[in-house]
Amino acid sequence: MDNLAEIRWHGRGGQGAKTAALLFGEAAMSLGQYIQAFPEYGPERMGAPVQSFNRISPEPITLHCGVTSPDIVVVLDPTLIATVDVFQGLNEGDSIIINTEKTSAAISEELNIKDKGINVYTVNASGISKEEIGRDIPNTPMLGALVKIYGKLDVEHVLVDMKSKLEKKFRHKPEVIEGNLKAIKRAYGEVKS
Amino acid sequence: MVDKNLTVAKTGNEAMAEAMRQINPDVVAAYPITPATEIAQIFAGFVADGLVHTEFVRVESEHSAMSAAVGAAAAGGRCMTATSSQGLMLMSEILPIASALRLPIVMPEVNRTIAGPINIHCDHSDTMFVRDSGWMQVYCEDAQEAYDSVLMGIKIAEKAMLPMMVSTDGFIISHCMARVDLIPDEDVTKYLGQYKPETWLLNPDKKITLGGLDLQDYYFEHKMVAIDAMYKSKAIIKECCEEFAGKFGRNYDFFESYEMDDAETAILAMGSVCGTAKVAVDNLRKDGKKVGLVRMRVFRPFPAEELAKTLSNLKTLAIMDRSDAMSAGEAPLAIETKAALYGRKKQPKTHNYVFGLGGRDIKVEEIEDVYKEMLDFTQPEKNFDRKVTYLGVRE
Repeated sequence: MDNLAEIRWHGRGGQGAKTAALLFGEAAMSLGQYIQAFPEYGPERMGAPVQSFNRISPEPITLHCGVTSPDIVVVLDPTLIATVDVFQGLNEGDSIIINTEKTSAAISEELNIKDKGINVYTVNASGISKEEIGRDIPNTPMLGALVKIYGKLDVEHVLVDMKSKLEKKFRHKPEVIEGNLKAIKRAYGEVKS
Repeated sequence: MVDKNLTVAKTGNEAMAEAMRQINPDVVAAYPITPATEIAQIFAGFVADGLVHTEFVRVESEHSAMSAAVGAAAAGGRCMTATSSQGLMLMSEILPIASALRLPIVMPEVNRTIAGPINIHCDHSDTMFVRDSGWMQVYCEDAQEAYDSVLMGIKIAEKAMLPMMVSTDGFIISHCMARVDLIPDEDVTKYLGQYKPETWLLNPDKKITLGGLDLQDYYFEHKMVAIDAMYKSKAIIKECCEEFAGKFGRNYDFFESYEMDDAETAILAMGSVCGTAKVAVDNLRKDGKKVGLVRMRVFRPFPAEELAKTLSNLKTLAIMDRSDAMSAGEAPLAIETKAALYGRKKQPKTHNYVFGLGGRDIKVEEIEDVYKEMLDFTQPEKNFDRKVTYLGVRE
């Protein structure tokens, strides 16, 4: 299980944390990986903090317990940092990607975590989403940022896979497909440490 | 790269619904209940899209769902339904009737605890509640096995003329998307063939009565037929597993033995926890500990002989139950396993753990601790009233 990566997504109900985990899992699977994608099920309300999870591995995954020490955490909504311990279970060498306009240095300073050895990455996914999709739906750009930080999936393949998924999902809204793909690509390029 | 048509990402519920699409049953009668709802919901979509020829009966309760399935199966149809928890309990009055009438209904069941307190998450209390209802019971570890077991279930049920429930762990498997390798539609159709019941209620050439009053003079004999059928179903399951492995390359049996060849200590359990336990076994094996895992799949018919044989050479055995038997001394899997071992010359020292009630998570480390306790396990039982260790419960 040495090649196993565990990912935790933090979002608010309605932001697409579950969808992002499913899309990321499917994209990884289409590249030959074994995957798991599952949300945390509790009371489901728009705007309430929610989590979802991925496991990705080149070998079959038999773990069926919860993810408690993720390798990568993705935060769709920066306001969650004040109310949820998004760093829970992160150890030295692990990574966190935050949707924010701020730089990673500013975030590390603000949260006083500079000496923890956690790699902090930021990307303005909401800004990208507004520009490319026309609305603040940060999940697909954050997925692009995750592909970059995870580093083991070819982004061009991911885009091809994502296009076919989005074409199915948005049969009646083709205009959002191109925007989502651009947003993924931009966040992939713009995520910074 | 994988074959995108056959290697798919599906949740446990989606995988079971996909199996139902390929089975294309004559009748599906279902009522929604978390976490099994999606199975019938997705299947209803297949009906609406014309992908199956099924008569979908939207009933007003699970009692009616099972009653409709019994009626349709008695009339000679290949019938299915799906449920969970309270739904299964509402069906429970009709379940033994389905088995006594020898109707091969196959039902995906998503394990969820039973109220109260009300809770939608996984344990095995629901299916254990109906373990003596005359239904075959198969507990799956993951979505792939759930898919395969539903397909195989049709074959087994029709040969054994007994109903079968195929269960997955609620949310843990039912709502977890994972890689599933599908069998092409045409191969499934060919594999299952047409359902040809021995006789059926609406057969004008051979008129029969089903469900008649059956008092002291014959009830026992007729009940005995269903009891015998359950014993005999073991051979059918064995044969169907071998056929499935030969045709589709995936091996199933009454139970799965993992690292058992030289194991001195093992865990016996059912469901998704076994996948997590495999990681614990791998970790401990790296430290040279001779540990193994036996994952029970088929709980009814209970494979007493095979299980006892596999377990008898162990020094110690932890039996992990995801349900409780309310002061029966130990929990269902432990009670039945120990009954199977009793009287054998060689048998392991055992200890029963109850874990994960109401969806309480269980980690690799906790399972490793169970192995470590069992590796040093020497003490005989002292408290014969209360022998169970309840894992992970706060005091």
